[in-house]
Amino acid sequence: MTIESEDNQGDEMETTASKGSLSDIAAARLQKQPGNSALGVGLEARGVHAWFGEKHALANVSLDFWPGTVTALIGPSGCGKSTFLRTLNRMHEFIPTAAMAGEVLLNGEDIYAAGVDVTKIRLKVGMVFQKPNPFPSMTIAENVLAGLKLAQLKTENKDDLLEECLERAGLWAEVKDRLNTHGGALSGGQQQRLCIARALAVRPQVLLMDEPCSALDPGSTLRIEETISQLSSSVTIVIVTHNMQQAARVSDYTAFFLSDGGPGQMIEVGSTNEIFSRPKDERTENYVTGRFG
Amino acid sequence: MSIIEKPVTPKPRKPWAATPVDRAKTGGIVLAALAVSFVFVAVTPMSGKLAYAAIFCLAYLVIDFVVSFVKAGRPAAVDSFFRGLVTTAIVIAVMPIVSILVTVWVRGHKGLHWTLFTKDMHSNSFTDPIGQGGLLHAIIGTFLLVFFAMIISVPIGILTALYLTEIRGKFTRPIEFLVQAMSGVPSIVAGLFIYAAILIPFTKTVNGFQGSLALAILMIPTVARTSQEVLKLIPSDLREAGVALGGTQWRSVALVVVPAARSGLITAMILGVARVAGETAPILLLTGGSGTKNYNIFNGSLGSLPNYVWQAFAAGTPESIARAWAGILVLLVIVVILFTAARILGNRKVGKK
Repeated sequence: MTIESEDNQGDEMETTASKGSLSDIAAARLQKQPGNSALGVGLEARGVHAWFGEKHALANVSLDFWPGTVTALIGPSGCGKSTFLRTLNRMHEFIPTAAMAGEVLLNGEDIYAAGVDVTKIRLKVGMVFQKPNPFPSMTIAENVLAGLKLAQLKTENKDDLLEECLERAGLWAEVKDRLNTHGGALSGGQQQRLCIARALAVRPQVLLMDEPCSALDPGSTLRIEETISQLSSSVTIVIVTHNMQQAARVSDYTAFFLSDGGPGQMIEVGSTNEIFSRPKDERTENYVTGRFG
Repeated sequence: MSIIEKPVTPKPRKPWAATPVDRAKTGGIVLAALAVSFVFVAVTPMSGKLAYAAIFCLAYLVIDFVVSFVKAGRPAAVDSFFRGLVTTAIVIAVMPIVSILVTVWVRGHKGLHWTLFTKDMHSNSFTDPIGQGGLLHAIIGTFLLVFFAMIISVPIGILTALYLTEIRGKFTRPIEFLVQAMSGVPSIVAGLFIYAAILIPFTKTVNGFQGSLALAILMIPTVARTSQEVLKLIPSDLREAGVALGGTQWRSVALVVVPAARSGLITAMILGVARVAGETAPILLLTGGSGTKNYNIFNGSLGSLPNYVWQAFAAGTPESIARAWAGILVLLVIVVILFTAARILGNRKVGKK
């Protein structure tokens, strides 16, 4: 390191360094090709708007999620990315004042069309929440299989499904000897993986993750990220994250959301590598290089 | 350097605990306050236990404040003063409860006899010596009354709470208001309502079920309000997780929210029972006070513990008053047993956290 650059050791140095590392991480991922037809056509948002009462929270987002890929939604707090995520499995309407416009197509059909059974939609588009929320009255095994009970689904072999889901969520080895104890006794990271296993048990086509690691320590975060990577071949994943390293590590595509005081908008979407190395929009570049946000 | 020191585990201690000097100081203040109270009672016209207690409390607060002020300054003195004030308040709050329990035991245990639990009063009068007749009929009656009141009010109360917390429809506000207002309804009003609505126009006679209906009216607001508070504590995350797994709202509430709130809901039920178990006014109006065992709540006069106590006191002889106190003691013990049983049931098999 030369003396000149040491003198210059300010924001610029750090941001170039982090920019370099982020794009390196993103480039290191093997870029997947869209169109894994076994998983269906995928999920497409068309001109989605969202409101809470009078507040226009999200404006005109159109975004396709390719089957078998991981898409990260990044952006500063309040930019509407979580709201957008929740429009994708109709959890948005859980808030009494909520309203929306636009279409969300799952396998080519609008999930907001009249007569659509919303519970069927949520079976196909599962969700993992920000804070781990295993059901406190249930054991680990009951938690994983809770979706079957809730949606009144039948399965031939519950034990196989239990083992498979916990295995896919990377939790089987840690809990196989205490499946009948309560989930509340697990660590935060284990609880979150339990929630992932629970979401997988109803065999969703898409898995939405709303900042799944924001309440976890780095070690647990790493385990969840490994789980996401392993899952991405069989499930389409959409993940909201505040952690740009995480977005770079786990996602194939990244969408950048921003609100300029008005409703949140999607500024740019592209392959994760592109977004972190050569974003087209200046605002994206400012955000991913850490100049603001 | 060559000496290898064995690692020594230090003895655990509590450096923040009160030192002997502190304890002596507290003791001194207590003694001083006692002395002040004695002096005051001696030189002023005030007298009686209550005067000692009141002056002792005041004197303790003042002396403690002054001592702390001199030793540690104003903030410490104020801190110490309010600690004393809060302690005094809790003592004053607990005193009547302890006093009631002690009085009931002291007066009631003389009237206890094993025949209380094996015999009724159909061939005895309240003025007979203790050991003749008992209150089996009253225990049966109270159990029936409370049981049927529970069967009616617990489902209605919990469903109301579910409406208020889960469905949150248009009528949430007015219903919440009504439930709050209903919890202030005097028991005699509930009794008169059933009297006017059922006894006069239809049955024209007393029976136990009318009493249960009146008790249910009193229980519903307690159960509904407590259940509502409990359900509010269940994080909305859990509801969302249930729905996000493809459950309908009903299944999510039934399989996730209610089980998570189970022990709280049982507490709500107990509080409801506690509210009505000793309720007397509607019972006097509606159920009659037979001294004979009656297992049929829908027909005939039904004795109950409150009614037994009321009749026994009214009889006025030493024997009958001893019976009345024994009846109160039995009622108290039954309520405590119900509490404990429900607590144990409620805590069983519910996970940590």
